[in-house]
Amino acid sequence: MDPQINLKPSSPAAAGAAIECKELTKKFGDFVAVDRISFHVNPGEIFGFLGANGAGKTTAMRMLCGLSYPSSGHATVAGFDVYRQQEKIKQHIGYMSQKFSLYDDLTPLENITFFGGIYGVADKVIKERGPALIRSLGLENEASKLVGALPLGWKQKLAFAVAMFHQPRIVFLDEPTGGVDPVTRRQFWDMIYEAAGTGVTIFVTTHYMDEAEYCNRITIMVDGKIEALDTPAHLKQRFACDNMDEVFYRLARTARRSDS
Amino acid sequence: MVKCSSMKKNNPNSAPAADHADMPIIADHISKSYNKGAVNALRDVSFEVKKGELFGLIGPDGAGKTTLFRILTTLLQADKGQARVSGYDVVKDYKQIRSSVGYMPGKFSLYQDLTVEENLTFFATLFGTSVAAHYELIKDIYDQIKPFSDRRAGKLSGGMKQKLALCCALVHRPTVLFLDEPTTGVDVVSRREFWEMLQQLKRQGITILVSTPYMEEAVRCDRIALIQNGQLLNIGTPSQITDTFPVKLYAVKAASIYTLLKDLRSWTQAESCYAFGDLLHVTLGPHTGDDLALIREYATAKGHDQVTVQRIAPSIEDSFIRLTTTNSLQYGSADQS
Repeated sequence: MDPQINLKPSSPAAAGAAIECKELTKKFGDFVAVDRISFHVNPGEIFGFLGANGAGKTTAMRMLCGLSYPSSGHATVAGFDVYRQQEKIKQHIGYMSQKFSLYDDLTPLENITFFGGIYGVADKVIKERGPALIRSLGLENEASKLVGALPLGWKQKLAFAVAMFHQPRIVFLDEPTGGVDPVTRRQFWDMIYEAAGTGVTIFVTTHYMDEAEYCNRITIMVDGKIEALDTPAHLKQRFACDNMDEVFYRLARTARRSDS
Repeated sequence: MVKCSSMKKNNPNSAPAADHADMPIIADHISKSYNKGAVNALRDVSFEVKKGELFGLIGPDGAGKTTLFRILTTLLQADKGQARVSGYDVVKDYKQIRSSVGYMPGKFSLYQDLTVEENLTFFATLFGTSVAAHYELIKDIYDQIKPFSDRRAGKLSGGMKQKLALCCALVHRPTVLFLDEPTTGVDVVSRREFWEMLQQLKRQGITILVSTPYMEEAVRCDRIALIQNGQLLNIGTPSQITDTFPVKLYAVKAASIYTLLKDLRSWTQAESCYAFGDLLHVTLGPHTGDDLALIREYATAKGHDQVTVQRIAPSIEDSFIRLTTTNSLQYGSADQS
């Protein structure tokens, strides 16, 4: 499999940070879902975004994807402002999650064509790159099948390729490997590494702590705040833990709230 | 146990056979397909769960775990094979099974617009018992959600929903408990808590069949079955399964781990190599000489710094990877037999 052909960003990666976040906050009434989080993500970085259920990950991600306005603070994504340039952000990012990714009742190529069209990829380009993508994913034999009939692992790989099809600079992956078998999970991470190698920034959440190790840096959110942000190696050192599972447990067990 | 004696009288054949007394769950050559045979969800699955055992069904989404649960809890009929739960036949004696087992489906299936307490009372009533009757069994779990007893179930957090669902599955003091992916999508902290709850239930003598896609949870079970593409790959205690790993396994590390992964993959001497947390797990093909030295020399020759190589004991995930990549059961080959 060679997913690389479609992974080159259309425009040179921004000279500055791919994502820049300062005191970003989201309140729902009295409830502070995201509490003054600050961080930056470098172009081409694999950035792991971890936290217990209800820590505020999804809310933070929604703001960064241009789907919800912050209550206060600043953030830019691919150089665009999260208050004023939401539509620009959406054009320049890719997004996939375990929950919503592709249409089950379309074929792989139909999904590619549909999402490519939504993201404004020219018909001519879709006609060229769509079938090439199917080949690179090794899906030629499944071309006439509906996506719903594919094994989960293939679906997820296809969903990632679709999220990358319009050559975004940043891709947000929300638990992309949930429930996927160990072999396919690793193949998926190969695709992530390939993409990062071409300069695409990867922002990823996961419940698999071994996957946290594959990230360049990770944050751990607890009760709306960022409790830790560093490389996996430094975090293990700092908390004197053998693995990320232990680091996460030590930080997250003090959480007072869970998801609602 | 619920008072459903009238049912038992109606069906004299349904008494549990004495020789099944120590095996609350028996699956005997179970097969099930969907879409007129296009999808083989289960293929000739056989296993037994002993009385008081915490038995784990370990495998990814789409492996057939839920189909197996639905057959064992009498909600679906197998195409072939037989199964007994608490000594009762899953087809003939479905009523007895339904009244004596607890089932927590993977999808949250309580009434969202009933409160915590109303849900619990409702399920107790369905099983012809009361919340008070077996309260000691659920007390430790229920205490954690009791402050929210007036809250509608739909408004609970994921962790609390999970605890309520477990209470509802236990309210009639089942002899066998079926838990379908109770920890999926749940964070590390809640997952640990949940497994501790299961250990407590086990101590109370309840037989538990639990499924999970998280390989590392396997070690918390007495015995496990690894499942992929509708087939059981292996059954045994976690250590029995890792002990049968057929070759030596090495953990390799270097400054640039991703480059090392690529280099080792292109090495003809490496039989397999995959990432495992911050390490690479490597097995070697046949050769003469010292394994450790061979790997270290290769990595160093490729220009890697800070190379460390160590022989390690395989984990369940290593065993699963080995079984699924060497038994021609690779992912995506669902039609292969």
